[in-house]
Amino acid sequence: MRLSPPQTTVQPMKLAIASGKGGTGKTTLAVALAQACLSPVHLLDCDVEEPNSHLFLTPHFSKKQPVTVAVPQIDETLCSHCGQCADFCQFNAIVALPKQTMIFSELCHSCGGCIRICPTNALTETDKPVGTIERGQCDHITLVKGTLDVGQAMSPPVIRAVKKQHDPKYLTIIDCPPGTSCPMITAVRDADFVLLVTEPTPFGLHDLTLAVETLRQLKLPFGVILNRCDIGDQGVVNYCHQESITIMLQIPDARQVAVAYSRGKGLLDALPDLKPQLQRLLNTISQSQQGGQI
Amino acid sequence: MKEIVIISGKGGTGKTSITAAFAALANKEAVLADCDVDAADMHLLLAPTARHTHPFYSGHRAEIVAANCSQCGKCVPLCRFDAITSGPDIKIIPSACEGCGVCVHECPQNAITFNEQRCGEWYQSDTRFGSLVHARLDIGAENSGKLVSLVRKEARNLALAEQRELILVDGPPGIGCPVIASITGADVVCIITEPTCSGQHDLQRLLALTKHFEIPTFLTVNKWDINPEMTATIQQEALKQGVKLLGTIPYDSEVTAAQVAAQTVVERGDNSAALAITVAWNNLYKHLKLINTTP
Repeated sequence: MRLSPPQTTVQPMKLAIASGKGGTGKTTLAVALAQACLSPVHLLDCDVEEPNSHLFLTPHFSKKQPVTVAVPQIDETLCSHCGQCADFCQFNAIVALPKQTMIFSELCHSCGGCIRICPTNALTETDKPVGTIERGQCDHITLVKGTLDVGQAMSPPVIRAVKKQHDPKYLTIIDCPPGTSCPMITAVRDADFVLLVTEPTPFGLHDLTLAVETLRQLKLPFGVILNRCDIGDQGVVNYCHQESITIMLQIPDARQVAVAYSRGKGLLDALPDLKPQLQRLLNTISQSQQGGQI
Repeated sequence: MKEIVIISGKGGTGKTSITAAFAALANKEAVLADCDVDAADMHLLLAPTARHTHPFYSGHRAEIVAANCSQCGKCVPLCRFDAITSGPDIKIIPSACEGCGVCVHECPQNAITFNEQRCGEWYQSDTRFGSLVHARLDIGAENSGKLVSLVRKEARNLALAEQRELILVDGPPGIGCPVIASITGADVVCIITEPTCSGQHDLQRLLALTKHFEIPTFLTVNKWDINPEMTATIQQEALKQGVKLLGTIPYDSEVTAAQVAAQTVVERGDNSAALAITVAWNNLYKHLKLINTTP
């Protein structure tokens, strides 16, 4: 195999950092990768229920924009109480009573169907705030942070708003929410490569298998990062071997990492020797995007 | 009967390990429920035997019948979820479809079907600590909130049938849809956090949520000794907000060792985490006796 020449900058691509299980080190890795990068990089914090990347970067946020979703509002003077909107709504967000039509906007998915179906044009759309996005700079890192308002149920609209800030000129690292359902899928969708962060425990393994099945269904290329690789058991290593999944990096468990993390310090503060490894990791993924082998 | 929901905001703080240990300590007085349907792990410690398995159907998904599609493209801009690709062949991306039915309604050829969607399975199981209701959401499926509500409802039915005093619920991380579905109407919420910047940040958002829903809230700081100063700060802030403290749990490698052995940490005999979890459980149990019960 011909070795690629060493690269000093990584090609622009969308690299998502995900995991099934929470607390395996997604944010830690996403921040460390951004810090290790030698050229300007964009970090999109899509864990909008509990965004944490900013705690390790302390950027100066310059802009705060509301994220809104379109929800129906009713003009009772035009409503004929036919109930077609309530019948149409798949999310039970509209209840039609004989003399009143009630809208439960927290259940609304903003599909616009009720507006289209109303025969008397009694429904119009209005913007409802559900969260915010902020943009900040910390050295070479541009951070975009999405925050779901407390009490709001649906995070995908905020995640989509964060992802709209993607600039194809830059390497973009996406810090994803945990799990394998709509928020995680919304965040990883259309990534060029996904890094699944896990830990070598039965919980880590079980949730990794779910995440792997999800990414295979989405047809996204991925590799595994084994965090705290010296705790637990061999289950994750054996699984990855059986499934021909590349473990791209192993990060040891070290008390200084936990202590640094607790104080808002990053992985590279605790383990500075990891920096060249993270740079090599980015190069490997970058080359794989241009047809190289992982 | 009292329903206790264990949540954390931030993932990986030890919710499931501690809930399973509480289950062991509840001495078969509780029905157990795993509401982290996205990434359910409690069964790995409780080794359940399923008594009944039920499919979970919820919502619909649009699908184009290629033979009837005229490729007019009317549906593409109508979809608010970018779930319909405009390419040479108009297709619906199943994982992006939210099942709203707009395309189905507007298609001039009636070429889009709208079938009810199987989203997962749920189980009633036996464990060595009593009955467990748990579920598995299918890969890429929607409606985790509805599945959470179903698991809680079935756990309640089982607790009534078995005349149990308690329902112990292992909740999901975050503050969004599945968390809201897990805590609305619960008797108490028990938050497991850790003394880190992230844990502290996420706790504040979670406390705002439990306050919003007016649910009595308890707090346990796990791995408190990683950062004793921050543990103290977190506890003081929580107290100011009317949260009751159940105690702290030290970092103990026995927690991971127990997980590897498919045990709860309190089944591994004397260790510092097991002792601290027992203290926390006894405190919670004492408080529960003082709270007005729901029928």
